[in-house]
Amino acid sequence: MALTLISKADLPEADAQDSSTLALANDADAQTVALDGISHITLNFPKFTDGRAFSQAYVLRRRGFTGEIQARGDVLIDQLLQMQRSGFSSAVLRADQDAAHGQKLLGHYSLFYQGDAMGAPRFLQAA
Amino acid sequence: MYQYTAFDRQFVHARAAQYRDQLTRNQAGTLGDDEFRPLRLQNGWYVQRYAPMLRVAVPYGELNSAQLRVLAQIAQDFDSPSPELLAHAQSTQDQIGNGPAPKLTTNYGHFTTRHNVQFNWIPLDKSADVMDLLASVNLHGIQTSGNCIRNITSDERAGIATDEAVDPRPYAEVLRQWSTLHPEFAYLPRKFKIAITGSVEDRAAIAWHDVGLRVLRNATGEVGFQVLVGGGMGRTPVIASQARPFLPWNQIINYLEAVVRVYNGWGRRDNIYKARIKILVKAEGQRYFDEVEAEYQRILADGAKHTIPQAELDRVSACFVAPSVDAVPLAAQNAAEHALSSLAQSAPEFGRWLAQNVASHKNPGLRAVTLSFKRLGQAPGDATADQLRTSADLADRFSAGEARVNHDQNLVLPWVRVDQLIDLWHAAKAAGLARANIHLLSDMIACPGGDYCALANARSLPLAAAITERYQDLDELFDLGEIDLHISGCINSCGHHHSGHIGILGVDKDGQEWYQVTLGGSDGSELSGPARAGKVVGPSFAAAEVVDVIEAVLDVYKDQRDAGENFIDTLQRLGSDAFKAAANGARFATARVAA
Repeated sequence: MALTLISKADLPEADAQDSSTLALANDADAQTVALDGISHITLNFPKFTDGRAFSQAYVLRRRGFTGEIQARGDVLIDQLLQMQRSGFSSAVLRADQDAAHGQKLLGHYSLFYQGDAMGAPRFLQAA
Repeated sequence: MYQYTAFDRQFVHARAAQYRDQLTRNQAGTLGDDEFRPLRLQNGWYVQRYAPMLRVAVPYGELNSAQLRVLAQIAQDFDSPSPELLAHAQSTQDQIGNGPAPKLTTNYGHFTTRHNVQFNWIPLDKSADVMDLLASVNLHGIQTSGNCIRNITSDERAGIATDEAVDPRPYAEVLRQWSTLHPEFAYLPRKFKIAITGSVEDRAAIAWHDVGLRVLRNATGEVGFQVLVGGGMGRTPVIASQARPFLPWNQIINYLEAVVRVYNGWGRRDNIYKARIKILVKAEGQRYFDEVEAEYQRILADGAKHTIPQAELDRVSACFVAPSVDAVPLAAQNAAEHALSSLAQSAPEFGRWLAQNVASHKNPGLRAVTLSFKRLGQAPGDATADQLRTSADLADRFSAGEARVNHDQNLVLPWVRVDQLIDLWHAAKAAGLARANIHLLSDMIACPGGDYCALANARSLPLAAAITERYQDLDELFDLGEIDLHISGCINSCGHHHSGHIGILGVDKDGQEWYQVTLGGSDGSELSGPARAGKVVGPSFAAAEVVDVIEAVLDVYKDQRDAGENFIDTLQRLGSDAFKAAANGARFATARVAA
């Protein structure tokens, strides 16, 4: 699933208090959180160097969650590729980020070695 | 050696291009220094005391001669500061101790304990050019720093050791590929180091790693991994715990994915000194391992997509066939061995080199030869541009074009014909690389320390130089036997002081350099015994005392040893009290303390 980039300015002041939206805390267990009726999950990057949300997104996709997984917080264009590959479907960029360049960076590599939320490892594709 | 495919090559070039874009944005001011920092670190670029440092990855230690020549070219063309910067650095260093500091050197590479090659003076604005140059020979700095899965280390004799059950290199390569730009594990709580061996003798210090792997065969001949998790040095030395005694080989990625995913979620991020997996394993114990097993089961239930296909192992393994060194017929072997013995008799210097620097080989017609980068006048593991070039020539002439960076900061030539040893000795001697001190006291491990590193509390290199100078006499070194002396300039332990029979740690008190001495550490080798951290002798010593302390400790050994007993064995047999007393008796600058 391609990552949709969202500028911070386009976000509403406060998120709709909607029972279909879940803001999952950084230290929550993505394996056990209830997903019934949830269509939109936000995961947080308190700092861009805090990589817990990558694993959370991966685990949510593995559980079969097909709704929106959105990256929030300290979201920089140099981490978008990792977000896309871990299972995020959208990312709200930090205000100072260049979305156009971010879009370009998403296409920098054509293939990767290991499998991810988007597909199988190279050694299975080649076989 | 692994042969890069078109994909592997374009991947390294794409990485170099990605780095150039990041550097360009940093220089243009659109990528801030804080945001650029982890990106440059994951490409091997540190900013050190006076200049950037580049750490080039040498996956599981294997280099070909073309790569060595490019490293030589980088040393020659890029590893030089401006005269102003060098003058500033030198005058700053001169103010540290009493009297002028040793002269800072330029235009050289440095071999590290983790098979990396470092350069100390490359200006950051040249860094993208250097990455392109490295990529031209399939080299890079990918994940040599940063809080990610680092360059994977292995046994210097992988694929050639006589005590090897399984060649670990194909597995190391498969793991290298898996860990390279892993999207989920680029921002772990802290760095993550994997070491792998396939031999009985542990030449890779696996128990000291975040993950230590031993590839072996079970009773029915199947290949699998003993998996150790949670070792590490630093402020809190911990020996890794066994997670699995025998994991089927094709499950290793699936299992490591569980190990790292649980660490990514559970590892501490509030305190850099408590963020390594060793702290998590210590704190959670069985609960951590239970969660890893549960996660591994979930990965299996999800289809276990990283189960390594036999075809992939075969593809990678095919790269590691022995090079076509001409077979040495038995008669020629016998004649060569006869010639070696007679030269060893007439030239004791050669005999010593044969005894220390030449090791046996799976192929009886071949030997593994260590070129010593431990000699007077140069820091341990340092190689000038000329020496790197000469090493490439020696590799071409004597070792099928291959050399290996080893854990002890030397270069190993793995494919030397027994009937070419004498020629190699002459050539290595002419290049100053035939010092017969491998595994002896002066073959010490030392980090770059406070001469270059921004983290260091004290300098390592002047100490290493002083010890090398005191112990120059090869007769004396031989008499002392095999001793692991490890020196770190700070608690980050890049010089592995915890695992040295004698460990030295630089500490900073009131802006002065002090050194803590430990005794009895082990890297896990047969000589040293099960991996363990050394014990501190007492309060720190002044720099000027350290060489005398070592001498005092070694005097106790010489006095108390049984015939043929190694230093570490005497220390284990007697206990450390007598050695501590001698060490403390060597104090003249610091207050004497009761032992």
